[in-house]
Amino acid sequence: MAVPTLPGPEGSAGVAAPAPKRRPSGAARRRSLLPHLVLWVGVVAALFPFYWSVVMATNTTRDIFSTPPKLVPGTHLAENIANVFARIDFFGALANTALVAVVTTVLVLTLDSLAAFAFAKFEFPGRRVLFGLLLLLFMLPAQLSLIPQFLIMRELGWTGQLQALVVPALANAFGVFWMRQYMSTSVPDEVLDAARLDGCGFFRQWWHVAVPTARPGLAFLAIYTFVAAWNDYVWPLIVLVNPEVQTLQTSLAQLNVSFGTDYSMVMAGALMAIIPIMVAFLFLSRWFVADGVAGAVK
Amino acid sequence: MTLTAPSGAPGRRDPGALAASAGRGRRKRLVRPARTGGSQQRLGPVYLAIAPFFVLFGVFVLVPVVFSIWLSFQKYSVLGGIGASEFVGLRNYEFLAQDATFRRAIVNSLLIWVLGTFPMLAMAIVIAAMINSVTRLKSFYRLAYFLPNVTSIVAVTLFFGALFSEQFGLINQVLEGLGLSGVPWLTDPWAMKAVVAILITWQWCGYNAILYLAGMQAIPGDVYEAAALDGAGPVRQFWSITLPLLRPVILFTTVISTITTLQTFTEPQVLFGSNTAVNPNSGGPGQGALTMVLYFYQQAFNNNDYGYGAAIAMGVFAVVLVFVVINFRLARTGDDH
Repeated sequence: MAVPTLPGPEGSAGVAAPAPKRRPSGAARRRSLLPHLVLWVGVVAALFPFYWSVVMATNTTRDIFSTPPKLVPGTHLAENIANVFARIDFFGALANTALVAVVTTVLVLTLDSLAAFAFAKFEFPGRRVLFGLLLLLFMLPAQLSLIPQFLIMRELGWTGQLQALVVPALANAFGVFWMRQYMSTSVPDEVLDAARLDGCGFFRQWWHVAVPTARPGLAFLAIYTFVAAWNDYVWPLIVLVNPEVQTLQTSLAQLNVSFGTDYSMVMAGALMAIIPIMVAFLFLSRWFVADGVAGAVK
Repeated sequence: MTLTAPSGAPGRRDPGALAASAGRGRRKRLVRPARTGGSQQRLGPVYLAIAPFFVLFGVFVLVPVVFSIWLSFQKYSVLGGIGASEFVGLRNYEFLAQDATFRRAIVNSLLIWVLGTFPMLAMAIVIAAMINSVTRLKSFYRLAYFLPNVTSIVAVTLFFGALFSEQFGLINQVLEGLGLSGVPWLTDPWAMKAVVAILITWQWCGYNAILYLAGMQAIPGDVYEAAALDGAGPVRQFWSITLPLLRPVILFTTVISTITTLQTFTEPQVLFGSNTAVNPNSGGPGQGALTMVLYFYQQAFNNNDYGYGAAIAMGVFAVVLVFVVINFRLARTGDDH
């Protein structure tokens, strides 16, 4: 955690006050159990839909809809998965989604960290104006630019193609904000000065000093961008006019529209679509939760 | 405290991160071109570094926004394309002002916003305070509560659609098992909004809790110690210290939630969008879950009415702006107090 935890008996702050000395320890312990109890109710609520989707995906639709319904995982997973594969081009959609997410992430990291480094550490004419413009347009809601973006894609002949998903996503103002903020505090000026004295130009300072020191910030932006690209629905829905080229999200929605009565099969598809991102998140959660979001309030 | 977080939802654009630029009092390194004399050469790489981003930004954000404003004064011809569109002045806006369906979409969006934002944020504060108060399992809780937020909205909506399915869904089965009557979750106008709000709550509560938690951990411990010496109990400390000091984070999360919730699209689209073929204005039975952005999408991309779609987009922007300003106003009133 970037933020230090507060000192105090039981390490508590916020709600639970330090227990007065004369209070018997049993009461204090009971009181410290109460938050755990409430939090576990919340954890169950947060995780239950995942469990339920596993139950549905491993049973047949008839089993789920029987009374009383089946509450434990069944044995029909393979059958449901096979049904998904028969109905949609799952691996095609998976490959498209992965390709778009990876390419977008790599390009966003490069372009945004370059621009952010310039904004964070260099003074140049037009700096304020450009950054102000970024800020202003960033506040406008997405749908203000959706129609023209679509018309531009049609003009370029890109509708129905994957580059239509990648290229507009690169105009990611959030990444520049985030990296500028991160680099302005984490990249030491002394090292940059030293690098400059050694004859390093802008790009070598960026690559050899800024990128290595800002790695945690970049890691957060990478996960953020990847998850956003993986889960994006609105824009692929608009621009992927070719039924042959779809992402996981759009083909999942299509699966639901066409075969929504087969809940088990739809759930198997939904589960398969979220598993890669869940695994990635669990591996990288240290960055995402601790450094990323907690770094929010400094 | 300066908020610098991305608070964005994966998959949603996040205007709130504008706070990220609020870094104050930082040292700024100067290139000092005047002293070296070779200003053009030194600044060249800097402009080269920002150029790719700004070219893309110009083409895919700046131009589209201006273009969208222009479109909202046009009658777009599907057959003739942009060249054949004709200037109609304020006609799209006049129509928008009288459009009962858009009014219904505004009301729906506002109801979903109220149902899906305030209980969620209140719960998030309580959860954060509890995570903050425990010593063990902190990281586990953070992870578990955050997990719903990285799941795709489409998949989540499908999960909840099955849970709330009227005849056989688990929720109604449980209700009937308890001797109550099932709720027509996906056909009753109020229940439909409730389902969308529950979905939003489920996906965003943990995310906001983690933001609050970070804010709480930034509050110095001696403030609480002093309060405890003065005899303030845990509840009193929460109301008199934690909540006031969390004000900036609370304002931030309220603004973000307002912006994103008022622009709800995917949940009603996946739950109720399948019958758009029958009725292009549909947002489920009785248009009970037709949100502003869903209506925008249907007018623009199902009806190919780009001129009117652009006007709706401006209308959505205006509504969102009004409520964000109200948020800030309320926050300032709190300051005076």
